[in-house]
Amino acid sequence: MVTHENGGGHGQHQPPSGFIRKYIFSIDHKVIGIQYICLALFSVFLGMGLSLLMRLHLAWPTTHWFFFKGGLMTPEQYLALVTMHGTIMIFMVLTTAPQSGFGNYFLPIQIGAADMAFPVINMLSFWTTFLSLVVMVSAFFVAAGAPIGGWTSYPPLSALGESAGPGQGAGETLWIVGLAIFCAASLMGALNFITTLIDLRAKGMTLGRLPLTCWTWLVTAILGLLAFGVLLAACILLLLDRVAGTSFFIPTGLVITDQVITWHKGGSPLLWQHLFWFFGHPEVYIAILPGMGVTSHVLATFARKPVFGYRAMVGAVCGIGFLGFCVWGHHMFVSGMSPYSAFAFSILTMTIGVPSAIKTFNWLGTLWGGKIQFTCAMLFALGFVSLFVSGGLSGLFLAQPSLDLYLHDTYFVIAHFHLIMGVAAIFGMFAGAYFWFPKMFGRFLNEGIGKVHFWLTFIGVYWIFMPMHFLGLAGHPRRYFDSSAVTFLQKLQPVHVFITIGAILTISAQLLFLYNVIWSLFAGKEAKEENPWHATTLEWSIPSPPPHDNFGGLEPVVYHGPYEFSVPGAADDYIPQHLAPNLVRKA
Amino acid sequence: MPGTIVDDVELIDAGHGGGTPPPAGGDDDGDSSGSRRPVPRRAYFTALQLGLAAIVMFFMALASSYIVRKGLGVDWQTTPLPRVLWFNTAILLASSATIIVARKKLEGGEREAFRTWWWVTTGLGLLFLAGQIIAWRQLAAAGMLLATNPSSSFFYLLTAAHGAHLAGGILALIYVTFRPWSRSRITQSTAAELTSIYWHFMDGLWIFLFALLTLGR
Repeated sequence: MVTHENGGGHGQHQPPSGFIRKYIFSIDHKVIGIQYICLALFSVFLGMGLSLLMRLHLAWPTTHWFFFKGGLMTPEQYLALVTMHGTIMIFMVLTTAPQSGFGNYFLPIQIGAADMAFPVINMLSFWTTFLSLVVMVSAFFVAAGAPIGGWTSYPPLSALGESAGPGQGAGETLWIVGLAIFCAASLMGALNFITTLIDLRAKGMTLGRLPLTCWTWLVTAILGLLAFGVLLAACILLLLDRVAGTSFFIPTGLVITDQVITWHKGGSPLLWQHLFWFFGHPEVYIAILPGMGVTSHVLATFARKPVFGYRAMVGAVCGIGFLGFCVWGHHMFVSGMSPYSAFAFSILTMTIGVPSAIKTFNWLGTLWGGKIQFTCAMLFALGFVSLFVSGGLSGLFLAQPSLDLYLHDTYFVIAHFHLIMGVAAIFGMFAGAYFWFPKMFGRFLNEGIGKVHFWLTFIGVYWIFMPMHFLGLAGHPRRYFDSSAVTFLQKLQPVHVFITIGAILTISAQLLFLYNVIWSLFAGKEAKEENPWHATTLEWSIPSPPPHDNFGGLEPVVYHGPYEFSVPGAADDYIPQHLAPNLVRKA
Repeated sequence: MPGTIVDDVELIDAGHGGGTPPPAGGDDDGDSSGSRRPVPRRAYFTALQLGLAAIVMFFMALASSYIVRKGLGVDWQTTPLPRVLWFNTAILLASSATIIVARKKLEGGEREAFRTWWWVTTGLGLLFLAGQIIAWRQLAAAGMLLATNPSSSFFYLLTAAHGAHLAGGILALIYVTFRPWSRSRITQSTAAELTSIYWHFMDGLWIFLFALLTLGR
């Protein structure tokens, strides 16, 4: 450890000694980060389990399975699986792990702070998220089962109660309440992230020296701060329609299961769509932006080159964040909106291609001529770039209103958003996990198992999602419980079988990752030096795992940009951010 | 960003974008155990502003819904607003004035006068909430309930949402009075300043909502 100043006269802080204060209701950002990651790990395996059930049913719809009552899945059970898979994956995995998990752990360290600005709020944020998960998952255990309205929960069906389907009773109410609680948790988290980044940066850590990971965590937090309040308002309106008899979203003259709804009238289901997607589109970037940050970080480290076009990368992140608030209407092209509005939303949506292309170009520019080290973290970062391009290109198709009319409710959309938002974001998290594991736990994840994990997952996700594009182009609708019962879809059934085999393979590969994590925690190769990857940012200047208050009561001073690799004239191919100029060895 | 050899890299002075070293004895957010790290005073103001931004988004979502729902028109019936709302508005405006006086007294070192004006503000806040409940009861007595009409639904929703946020402000007012500041790492003056910003914001928010409900009926 070098060039840390003793600042402000506050010395080292002792960690709390009791188990509960240390590990359960901890206010240490590192413990809270790990708690979030554990919550996300539980959720991702739960969400994957639900998708496996769906895939088994879709491939072999008439086969009897022991885990269903009577051996067969019901249509309502299928829709409940669709809903809960989407909800859990988006909120409890994609929103939680990249931002609240890794962000919580590494944002304070990378900016040279001892903790988050408000540690108690940080703790409350985690436990509120946990409560939200409990409330949502409890929807499985109420009499009529989990909600069946999808993660978007469109009214009027989601606003009417049990008459709209079994899961639309208590299950749907729990879903809305759980989501509202999640909004509160996310707002607390966003507030803490932004304040920490603005006010707790170490001496010398100017905005131009922030690692790109921190930039993406910042922009993600801003998106969360501005978007979750809107979702909370929408949830309250929907809840009132359900329990208080109001008519915000329920139109006049609705007929549900041969019953004319007379006690609600005049509402607008489209109002929900506007509110929901005003949140929902930024939510997509909440999931993907931190992955972009990790990818930039890892690519530079293992190409031993500075990030190509750092300022352009920052501009692109901010641009994507801003445009994310201007394009919600592209989720509603089939809602009957004015073609002029659709045209505006379409143009704005395609504009996002510009910052996205800048990012991709700069990632390739970073790799160009680099001394690439194919570690597991690097492989997953490269996988991220691949998936971002593959998933992003289909976004340009869907941004055209005329094409979207055909593709909107088909498997094409499933393929698009899984590749770009789901799988790419998860690859970003895997890259982060393999990269930071030695810092977090003092031991490496096993690289051999990791490479098998990478290749199986990389091949597996393309195996699953590429054929879905063709299902969509062939007109296969989403959310169909049993496509073998529809004449024009029967010839596509072998594709479902093919996809399901890919899903089984990919999910099995994740068990390998779980094994790797557990095995490496206890028996992995020890990370003896502080900076095994020869990286530049501040987390690599402190012991692994970091001490309770990160910098041992000292304050780091930052002298360099975040990606000073292969600097001409320097003896080493990296210059850590905290290394005083007079300590840099010259060649 | 090309790599640069270190000779021409300057150390950025504290205060130039990078965070300044936190003053010894900053503050925490509620734990006075003494094992917590200092946080610069400005972080509290940053956090407050961010919190207010989130509250603005929440209320803008509700206000937009109000305008859209009203625009559908078919079943919108104007809710007659109880006159007590004007009285409540005056009370809330008065509380913004008294909190300014209270802060001035605190800055001037007149602690007793500060306490008195601070309690007056708290009392006015409680009176406002009581007045809002009276308005609800009057509307209910006139047969306008939550589900009677979208107009009344929004009336109850907007006033309740504002009331809940204002109740948070009242808790903050009481907290500022009762917290043993001698043991705290934040000064009472800072806490009073933060609370007063929030309080003025709640005042302004009510004016906006009242205008929406009155002019947008």
